[in-house]
Amino acid sequence: MSHGSGAALTRQLIKEVFAGEFRISTLDDAVCIDGSLTVTTDAYVVNPIFFPGGDIGKLSITGTVNDLCMNGSRPAYILASFILEEGFAIDQLHSIVSSMQSTAEEAGVQIIAGDTKVVEKGRCDGLYITTAGIGFLPGGIHLDAGKIRSGDKIIVNGTLGDHAIAIINARQQLGLTPAPESDCAPLHEVIRILLQNTNLKFARDATRGGVATILNEICDDTGLGIIIDESSLPVKYSTRVLCDMLGLDPLYLANEGKLIAFIGEANDDLLSLLKTYKYSYEAAVIGQCTNEVKGVFLRTILGRLRPLLMLASDPLPRIC
Amino acid sequence: MNWNRFRQPDLILKLIGDLTEYKKQVKFMEVCGSHTMAIGHWGLRKLLPENIILISGPGCPVCVTPATIIDSLIKLKSVTITTFGDLMRVPGSHQNLEQARAQGCDIRIVFSPMDALKISQDRETIFIGLGFETTIPGIAFSIVNAAKNNNQNFSVLSLGKLIPPALDALLDDKDLKVDGLILPGHVSTIIGMMPYEFIPYKFGIGGVITGFEPLDIVLGVKTLIENLDHPRIMNEYSRVVRPEGNQIALDLISEVFEITHAQWRGIGEIPDSGLKIKSKYADFDAFRKYDIKTSDLEENPLCLCGNVLKGKILPPECPLFAKTCTPDYPIGPCMVSSEGSCAAYYKYER
Repeated sequence: MSHGSGAALTRQLIKEVFAGEFRISTLDDAVCIDGSLTVTTDAYVVNPIFFPGGDIGKLSITGTVNDLCMNGSRPAYILASFILEEGFAIDQLHSIVSSMQSTAEEAGVQIIAGDTKVVEKGRCDGLYITTAGIGFLPGGIHLDAGKIRSGDKIIVNGTLGDHAIAIINARQQLGLTPAPESDCAPLHEVIRILLQNTNLKFARDATRGGVATILNEICDDTGLGIIIDESSLPVKYSTRVLCDMLGLDPLYLANEGKLIAFIGEANDDLLSLLKTYKYSYEAAVIGQCTNEVKGVFLRTILGRLRPLLMLASDPLPRIC
Repeated sequence: MNWNRFRQPDLILKLIGDLTEYKKQVKFMEVCGSHTMAIGHWGLRKLLPENIILISGPGCPVCVTPATIIDSLIKLKSVTITTFGDLMRVPGSHQNLEQARAQGCDIRIVFSPMDALKISQDRETIFIGLGFETTIPGIAFSIVNAAKNNNQNFSVLSLGKLIPPALDALLDDKDLKVDGLILPGHVSTIIGMMPYEFIPYKFGIGGVITGFEPLDIVLGVKTLIENLDHPRIMNEYSRVVRPEGNQIALDLISEVFEITHAQWRGIGEIPDSGLKIKSKYADFDAFRKYDIKTSDLEENPLCLCGNVLKGKILPPECPLFAKTCTPDYPIGPCMVSSEGSCAAYYKYER
């Protein structure tokens, strides 16, 4: 299971098995073909299928849209395949498909084709969705981790760990009230705001493995140093408390509506601009790139630097 | 409660500044793994003046559980095993619980023994009952409930351990020289202050029950220093810990469990430091039900976890630390759990 957690072991699996055999050099979620056509594919197996703040259908659209727009592309089309377990309730399927459609409308994408398979009871857990996404990259946009320089600022568009906390609460029936909601949301508008108002160098959606894992990957790939400022991290109070109780760290928890952006110069009113938009109203500058250190470090509220390591696999809740 | 009150940088740094007036070298042991993690998380070990040394103690229940338990559990193919998350990656002789699950064993992470009880409604279920006084009342409660409902599917592998007898055994070791103890906050919520009172009388050092926020820990250290000449048991965590503890929880423990000797991985046998299920509740005792035995796994002779758990050395002094022994491939017990001293040092203090 650790190979699917989004952390170091996932990366190792992709590098050693897939990238080698398929002879791909870049390990990105989406790829741009011919300089203008961006394509991506993703599989959705979330459990539970319905959770506060969303469902597997909404997630399949936001996830695909976000993979497409991180390189600056405008998401346009989605194809979706469904694997259904025999006996899956039709009204639930209706509700999932309708939430896919409304999310697609919000993101300005069209669902244009798909496939459906039904497997015997027990051979899948309710419903799995696989998508392919197509987007168009406008001319002149070239986001690349290689452009990041010492001094560049790191921005997130809101509170960290919300999706993971919503899922943990729902799955483990922890009974938190009000139930924490997943942040799953399309991020194409956030990217648009950043492109128009900053010298955006690079962006990644901070899904499995969380912000800390993505930052480590970027440091690995670019040889950069990064210092994150603990006091500036946007984290909901409820997330903070639950993390303290369970021994988890919001920096390593999955998000489904958060991105990390590396920016050079920006308009002075960038943050206030981001704060006017519904999916970035808690945006914050959380740190910056630097030559002072190698790897990712956290400056704690007490001012000390400590390493923020890449985890090998999912963090596990602790005993006490 | 406003947690931020206990995370005020100005106040914490001022208190640390005040501590620089104290010039003699002192060594305090933080007994609890959660303290080790918190100290690492906030970088306190290095923020404190150099003459104030904090060393880690034995307080991680996963670390001190004999690893052969894992082997015995994996053999029970037809039973659902439920466990707290941090036991999943503890290596057995051949595989850990996560690997066994991948090969088809029904092993599930639960957040509470009551979740395990729920699972046992339609299948035979063992709950791996490890922990200190903090977790044991919940485990006792699940057993009392199973008995009330005559739930024959449910049993507990009782690996509960007690902190005060372990402290007695550690402090008895003349090689260990500590000037005071930072006592575990959550364990003390259950047992109160009384069970520690032997420490100043027998060993001439004080102890302070401490919370887990950075301000708590700095206050704990300050309290120990101020009372070096009058060693006694003190309570810094009075917003949570009552001097008498929690009588309901204590009654539950003694209803279900009786005290026995226990094997502490890396340390050895400590008299009167473990809990076994009373014969009254024998039907719910997985050791009896499935005839499970524990024995000591042969440890790597180079591994110095025993000395780490006893507070004799710091993790980086072990030749295996961060070289062959890492959280991904742990060799010794202190690296296996996220609360283990070596894992905490690996994560925060290299």
